[in-house]
Amino acid sequence: MTDVLTTTNTHGLSNEQLLEIDYYLRLTRTLEERLVALFRQAKVIGGLYRSLGQEGESVAAAYALDYKQGDVVQPLIRNIGSILVAGAKPSDIIKQYMAKADSPTRGRELNIHFGHPARDGFIGQISMLGDMIPVMAGIALAGRMQKKTLVTLAFIGDGGSSTGAFWEGMNFASVQKLPMVVIVEDNGYAYSTPTAKQTAAKTLADKSYAFGCHGVTVDGNDVLAVYGETKRSVERARSGGGVTLLEVKTFRLKGHAEHDNQAYVPKELIEEWQRKDPLARYEKVLMELGVATQDQFAEIQQRVRREIDAATDEADRSPMPNPADAARGLYIEDGYWEER
Amino acid sequence: MPELSYLDAINSAMAEEMARDERVFLIGEDVGVYGGAFKTSAGLIDRFGPERVIDTPISEIAIIGAASGAALMGMRPIAEMQFIDFITCGYDMLVNFSAMNSYLFGRACPMVVRGPAGGGTHGGPYHSLNPEAMFMNRPGLKIVAPGTAYDAKGLLKAAIRDDNPVLYIEHKYLYRRIKENLPEDDYIVPIGKANIRRKGKDLTILTWGAMIYVADEAADVLAKDGVSVEVIDLRSILPFDEEAILESVAKTNRVIILHEAPLTGGAGAEFAARIAEKAFDYLDAPIKRIASLDVPTPYSPPLEAFYLPNKDKVLAAARELLAY
Repeated sequence: MTDVLTTTNTHGLSNEQLLEIDYYLRLTRTLEERLVALFRQAKVIGGLYRSLGQEGESVAAAYALDYKQGDVVQPLIRNIGSILVAGAKPSDIIKQYMAKADSPTRGRELNIHFGHPARDGFIGQISMLGDMIPVMAGIALAGRMQKKTLVTLAFIGDGGSSTGAFWEGMNFASVQKLPMVVIVEDNGYAYSTPTAKQTAAKTLADKSYAFGCHGVTVDGNDVLAVYGETKRSVERARSGGGVTLLEVKTFRLKGHAEHDNQAYVPKELIEEWQRKDPLARYEKVLMELGVATQDQFAEIQQRVRREIDAATDEADRSPMPNPADAARGLYIEDGYWEER
Repeated sequence: MPELSYLDAINSAMAEEMARDERVFLIGEDVGVYGGAFKTSAGLIDRFGPERVIDTPISEIAIIGAASGAALMGMRPIAEMQFIDFITCGYDMLVNFSAMNSYLFGRACPMVVRGPAGGGTHGGPYHSLNPEAMFMNRPGLKIVAPGTAYDAKGLLKAAIRDDNPVLYIEHKYLYRRIKENLPEDDYIVPIGKANIRRKGKDLTILTWGAMIYVADEAADVLAKDGVSVEVIDLRSILPFDEEAILESVAKTNRVIILHEAPLTGGAGAEFAARIAEKAFDYLDAPIKRIASLDVPTPYSPPLEAFYLPNKDKVLAAARELLAY
């Protein structure tokens, strides 16, 4: 249990919604634990990237969107929780990691790099960090041209916010006053490089001054605080108030990927942030507010476990791709993606 | 049949497609109020408004990226590079994001990236690029390079209506030099089909872009010597009309590949390899390539003239092949 100070403003969320957030937090953590098991069984083909300690901001930010209005979230590799909130199926994520034929990308791409902005409410990143910022600006631009009320929410990291694509996209979106929120995560490290070697800016939110957009910093491990700030930013964007660069202070408790033992991170730092665990803090608040009991959390965990078990079974049974399919679908008129 | 310049043809293709389909819009640097650095988009902002003719910051990554995002949402953006040289600034976005949408994710990404390419205008090393080869080995794009006003209009319309990202390479040397009477009715030139510009039986010149006129000049001279030259205007670089190339080589048994980009690693290398693989038995002489020198495009007119392919270089190669 944690003794870190946490906000208790529930921002108008119902008890049902507060518990739903808890469900997504636990779903994210349990899904990743399952992926670790599958990785160790050599069933995950590529790398595995954990969001341990960062699940709070991923889930809370994505929960502030309104997918019925066409809102679109774009995760980075550690924002697995955000696409679960948007409606991604755990079985699809496991199949992606296992490179299965019936995964959303049919074995062509890895992990959570999938999704369609107009169909799914989310679009996965590509590996070139920063590139999705201009793309998300374009999605917001299209929404405005199509007279929709949608808002786009993009995640970027302390490392990604050093790229030219990030700067060009933020600048363009701000000039156009597009309905867009960009969450910039300071999670301490980009692979092995600490944030202090990434930027001389005092905070990542300070970069907002260069763009003339809104800049806010929030405790990324305080679920309700992240939800509240994101909600405020999203509503402002929806009502024509332009772009917000919302910095969340959090910490990557694991290495860059499973192969990385993070020997470059001081042990005390990891211990300090373990005490700030977002899930533990959130559940403590829910209990203090009388919203939920330990028994209810246990029930949620049982439900999550059943769902992840079923998703794992489904992914395990799925076939690997037909090798010759590698030649299909370069151009959309091939019709490959219409076939099942 | 109104007479239109190559540049007018581009302008009218955009105007007609924007009028026909409200999903089509133009985004780029100085494309709106100023009408484009070469005036290719003159008048469009007055007709379609700033929402559909969008002036951007100097940000090629953002232009191509925003166009891609909008395309995924069902729009049909035309992204202009002020000079095609600056596409290198957005190269990553185009090859890693735009081009991969279908193959990786099954997403249609209907967009055009277009801009003025090519030399002969003393634009120097940063305003003369012929970029096709740097995109040929990154699957997912279609690449077209019109050399006539008719093709400029028809290929641009086809590119805008295509459901994939299309790189449309327009040659700025031709903007105001080429004028043709174009049909008033709507037409497209299908992507992937070459044009046999001149029929012949002794020698094939395979070329595209502004070099079709160099091929014409050489063919005229050779005709006086009694040599019948077939000129293929490839028009589409990717996918390309392999059938038209192989048929012509099977008929003439001699081929010169002529392009304006530098020789080494140029698109011509791919076509030469394809001919060697599939039509070797038809060849009576080695495949010849005429291209620019393997250096950046120099600025000063005598240097640039030496650098570029020309009629005399083609004639020398042709005579060598004919005497082989």
